[in-house]
Amino acid sequence: MSAAAANVDHAVTADNPVLAVRGATKRFGSVLALDDVSIEVRRGEIVGLLGDNGAGKSTLTKCISGVHQLDAGAIFLDGAPTQIRSPADARFAGIETVYQDLALFDNLTPGQNFFAGRELAGPQWLPRGLRFLQQRRMDAETRALLVNLKVTLPRLDAVVAMMSGGQRQAIAVARSTVFARKVVILDEPTAALGLRESRQVLNLVAALRDQGNAVILITHNMEHVVELADRAVVLRQGRRVGELVPTKDNKQELVSMIVGA
Amino acid sequence: MPETGNTGTTVGEAALPASRKSEAVPGLALGLMLLSAGPVVILVLLVAVLSFLSPYFLTGRNLSNILAQTAVISVVAMGQHLVILTRGIDLSVGSNLALASVVGALSFHAGAPAIVVIAVMVGCGAAVGAINGLFYVFGRLPHPFIITLATLSIAKGLALQLADGRAIPGMPDSIDALGRDAVWGLPGSIFVVAGVAAVLFVMAKTMVWGRWIYAVGGRPDAALRMGIPVSWVLVSVYVISGLCAGIGSVILAGRTDAGSPLFGNLLELDTIAAVIIGGASFLGGRGHLGHALIGAIMIGVIRNALNLLNVNVFFQLIVIGVVIVIAVESDVLRNYLEGRVRVMQAGRQS
Repeated sequence: MSAAAANVDHAVTADNPVLAVRGATKRFGSVLALDDVSIEVRRGEIVGLLGDNGAGKSTLTKCISGVHQLDAGAIFLDGAPTQIRSPADARFAGIETVYQDLALFDNLTPGQNFFAGRELAGPQWLPRGLRFLQQRRMDAETRALLVNLKVTLPRLDAVVAMMSGGQRQAIAVARSTVFARKVVILDEPTAALGLRESRQVLNLVAALRDQGNAVILITHNMEHVVELADRAVVLRQGRRVGELVPTKDNKQELVSMIVGA
Repeated sequence: MPETGNTGTTVGEAALPASRKSEAVPGLALGLMLLSAGPVVILVLLVAVLSFLSPYFLTGRNLSNILAQTAVISVVAMGQHLVILTRGIDLSVGSNLALASVVGALSFHAGAPAIVVIAVMVGCGAAVGAINGLFYVFGRLPHPFIITLATLSIAKGLALQLADGRAIPGMPDSIDALGRDAVWGLPGSIFVVAGVAAVLFVMAKTMVWGRWIYAVGGRPDAALRMGIPVSWVLVSVYVISGLCAGIGSVILAGRTDAGSPLFGNLLELDTIAAVIIGGASFLGGRGHLGHALIGAIMIGVIRNALNLLNVNVFFQLIVIGVVIVIAVESDVLRNYLEGRVRVMQAGRQS
C-alpha cells in the first residue's frame, strides 16, 4: 500500500493545518445552512464536529467532499486554495469520506468495494475504463488491509449485501483507509451499531489518525468524542458556536453548546 | 459459510438459541444457491421432460433449429442485459433492428459491398443506441423508458418510411450465409452469437468498464461519489445494446435474405423476458451474460416445444408470461433470503 509514501508526505508539514475551511457559507433556497463557518484540521488529529440535527454538520462535510459547492468561502489544502467541484475532485485531492449511508455497493464483494472507482488495472496507456482489472493484486491488498486493521469478515468472496451492519460499517471505514492521504471525514460512523461493533469502528478511526490523516468525526456520542477527539467544534443553526478540548469533565458544557442553553 | 475467518460469525452464538440459528443459516444458504442455479436447473428439467414428450425434440436437427431461431434474441438480449444491469431498459431494440435491416438492404441495392452493408447495419444500430444513451444522460431524463419508447416509435416510422412499408428482398451472399448451416450442421449465426458473447464476457468480467457497470447498477449515487464516470458508463451500455440490435439485424437479414420494417416486432419484450427468465435482477447490478443466454434459449425451447406438441400460439404467450412471473418472484425471494442472512449475522454479532 502507499502508506510509506504517504507518511513521508505527512511529515513535511507537521504543524500547518492540512485542511482549512474559511468563511464557509451555503444556502439551500431561503435556508442558510452554513453561515461563515471556519474549521481547521491538522495531520494526526481528530476533530469532533458536533451539533444538533440541522446544525450544518453534514452540509459542511458534503461541501468538503465535493457533493455540494460552497456559495462563499474557501477550502485550503496544505495552505493552497483548492476548488472541489465533485466527489472525484475531493478523492483526487486526498480527501476520503465515510458517508452516513456508507455508499457501499451491496452487489459487490468487500474487495470490489474498496477499489470501486480506483481499480488497479493496466496497461496504463489504455483509457481508464478499458484497462484490464488486476484482480489478484486487489485481492491481496484487500486481505493485507483487513489483517492490518484487524477486521474479520465471514468471507471475502461474498457480496456486501450478505453482511451485518457492523461488518458493512467496518468495510466502509476500511475503504477510506485504502486511499486516504490527507483528510478523512466520518459521518456518524457508529450511529446504527451495537457496543462491540462500535468499538471496532472506533479502533479503525484511531488507526486512520495514526496513519497521519486529519480526521473529522461527526457523532452524537459524547463518550466517543471524549475518548477520541483532540478538539471538538460545535455548530448550531449553521454557525460555529464554539470549540473545546473535550474531557470527561466538560461534557455538560459541550452539550449546552450544542443545544444552545 | 464455514471456510474462512469464523471469528466474525461465531462470537456470541452461545447467547442465542443455538439450535435454531446454527441450522437456519445453512438452510438459507442452500436456498440461495438453488435460486441462483434455478434457471439452469429449470432448463435442464425442461429439456428432459420435452425429450420424453416428443421424440423429435432431442434430435440434432431440432436443437440446431432452436439455436438458429434464438440467435437474434440471444444477441440482442446480451445488450439488453447490460442495460438492465444499470437499472435501465431499452425498448427500442426491435425497431432499431428493423431500421438497421432496411438501411442495410437499401445500401446493398445502392451497390455497397457486403462488408459495407454489415458496417452500415451495425453502425445504424449503434447510432440509435447512442441517441438513447446521450438523451437519457445529458437530456437529464428521469428514466430511459421514455427516450427508448420515443426511439422505438421514431426508428419504426423511419424504417417504414424508407422501405415504403414493405420488405426489401435481397442481401449480400455473405450475410445470407449466416442463415445457412456452416459447420457440423450448426447455423452460421451461432458463431456470431458465440463471438459476441465472448467479447462481451471478456469486457464485463476483466475490464474496469465491466466493474463500473455493476457499481452503477448496484448504487448509482455511490458510484458518482466514488468517482466513477457514471454518465459515460450509462451511454456506453445503450450504445452496446444498439450495436447488438444491429448485429441481430444482420443475422435476421441473413436468415430471410431481406430487410424489413416489420422485423423485430416485440423483440424488446422477448429480450427483457430472456434477461429476467435467465435470472438477472430487474433491479440492476445483478446477473451475468449467461443469464441472458439461458433466458433466450429457454424462450426458444418453450416456443419450439409448444410447436412440436401442437399447442396453439396463443398459449405460448401465456406460458412465457407465467415463466416471467416465476422468474421475477424468485428474484424477490432471493433478495428476501439475503436480508434474512444479514439479520441473522447481525444477531450473532451483538
